[in-house]
Amino acid sequence: MKRVLPWILGLVGILAVVAIWELYKWLGPADGVVLGAVEGQAGSGFRILPRTGDLNMPHVWDMFARLGQDNGPGTPPLGVSVLSALGVTLGISAIGLLIGLVVGFVFALLMQRWRIVEWGLLPWIIVSQTVPLIAFAPIVARLGTQLDKQGWWWPGWLSVAVIASYLAFFPIAVGALRGLGSPDAIHQDLFRSYGASYGRTLVKLRLPASIPYLLPALRLGATSAVVGAVVGEVSIGMPGGLGRMIIQLAQSASADPALPYGPIFGAVLVGLVAAGSVALLGAILKNYRRGEAVA
Amino acid sequence: MRFETKAVPDAIPAVRAVGIGKTFGKRGKAVNALTGIDLSIAAGEFVSLIGPSGCGKSTLMRLVADLDAPTGGTLEVFGKSPKAARLEQEYGIAFQQAGLLPWRTVVQNIALPLELHGVPYAERAERAQQLAEMVGLADFQDHRPDQLSGGMQQRVAIARALAERPRLLLMDEPFGALDEMTRERMQGELARIAAGSGAAVVFVTHSIPEAVFLSDRVVVMSPRPGRITAEIEVPFGKDRAELLRETPEFFAKVTEVREALHGAPVERANER
Ligand SMILES: Nc1ncnc2c1ncn2[C@@H]1O[C@H](COP(=O)(O)OP(=O)(O)OP(=O)(O)O)[C@@H](O)[C@H]1O
Ligand SMILES: [Mg+2]
Repeated sequence: MKRVLPWILGLVGILAVVAIWELYKWLGPADGVVLGAVEGQAGSGFRILPRTGDLNMPHVWDMFARLGQDNGPGTPPLGVSVLSALGVTLGISAIGLLIGLVVGFVFALLMQRWRIVEWGLLPWIIVSQTVPLIAFAPIVARLGTQLDKQGWWWPGWLSVAVIASYLAFFPIAVGALRGLGSPDAIHQDLFRSYGASYGRTLVKLRLPASIPYLLPALRLGATSAVVGAVVGEVSIGMPGGLGRMIIQLAQSASADPALPYGPIFGAVLVGLVAAGSVALLGAILKNYRRGEAVA
Repeated sequence: MRFETKAVPDAIPAVRAVGIGKTFGKRGKAVNALTGIDLSIAAGEFVSLIGPSGCGKSTLMRLVADLDAPTGGTLEVFGKSPKAARLEQEYGIAFQQAGLLPWRTVVQNIALPLELHGVPYAERAERAQQLAEMVGLADFQDHRPDQLSGGMQQRVAIARALAERPRLLLMDEPFGALDEMTRERMQGELARIAAGSGAAVVFVTHSIPEAVFLSDRVVVMSPRPGRITAEIEVPFGKDRAELLRETPEFFAKVTEVREALHGAPVERANER
């Protein structure tokens, strides 16, 4: 029962969202809810709830039905193109997460080992996250093309992965820094009494002790990598992934309102896969999380 | 079952401290934790350090363990520098908290020092299993620390301290967190283990009866600055039965240590 409950609650949550959507569509005012509109002046005011017509709010089942239909003769069903775009974005997110993991972890190791590195580096790591992604993305893209022209191997997707890693490394660096520093003084004394080297202490003590801190960081990092990958695809205009698809299909929304929801579902699915993989990793490493409740 | 230690010529003391001093911090707000400590502990001898909180018992133990360096005097462990003794695994150490690694099982925790020193798997597994049996945890070998009671965790920590067959055991209030009943049982076990292994023991405690029951010698310390004020021999031999606790000789020793601690003969009438 305990194992089933979260799943039931999750399902109830999804159904609740669908129910609210359909209920509002059914009962809400046809013109939506607009604040501060001026009489007789079209487009004035601030719309806080959308119009309820099929054009603005397609039925949930229409969105799903749309996945089975193609985009014109000779093209595969929408669901299939979404899946292939999903694969591209998922792969890029995974590579971005991997880069973020390595970079974040190396930063954390250096900061943990030398106080002075922490003082010098940590402020920059925090400031780095205040630079908007859309400002950062074109720089990476330009650098990438330059490198590619000079004969270095640098495909467009690598730029997107780097952009994704830019968001992903932050929680990992911070979480790993806390985790590596988490062993008690008594454990450190113990390893010193064994005459254990820095490397042995790292592998046998600091690394295992950091896992309860790393897992939540990784979960954050994984979802950030997905966001970074989607936004990155859009801002450097890389074809093939979900980001580009969302933008493209949104343009046909007036003619085919259910269409843009296909890739949006795809993006949600990527996020779920990312979070699910981390949860799975957590289950595999459950013996290393025993201190969690106590700490 | 015997857990003999590496042989040591009886002439070399386990610990030899001459004029040890330890000052923490810089000039101005320096804390003089220890001063003029002269102490010699023979191989195989069980010595308790007792004294009020803050008199430097832990500090002295940490100096012997080379977890801190003295600021004055000479300190030798088995005729070597404390650092050499530490690197050669001459001592095993246990603290007030068990300090087990929560992700490791009982046997893996006991085997940790062996693993770090490259003892082959089969050998260290066997040794850890023996030790688990010795401390009465044979049925809990594959449990993890969060599945054990405080007393069981402490026993694992003691087994771990014994893993390398050290000639010197350093214990800083290892039973401090235990209830009185468990504590007395553990004292009995420790007395048996220490006698069986032939290791010298430096045992920090706040409990006078505990010190008297376990020790060959009780070293009484006083604070500000931390120094040794009395040393009391406890000539009850190595084989001590539980019944010893109820003998008049035992009470007499307890009183003697108490008086040494308080610095003057204690008025019996005022005690209750
Ligand atoms: N790392 C340190 N830095 C500064 N002062 C310290 C440090 N460690 C201990 N001291 C000081 O040294 C003195 C002795 O401390 P110590 O921990 O050895 O006492 P103790 O006898 O073990 O006390 P307790 O019985 O409470 O454990 C205390 O005054 C303490 O404040
Ligand atoms: Mg202490």
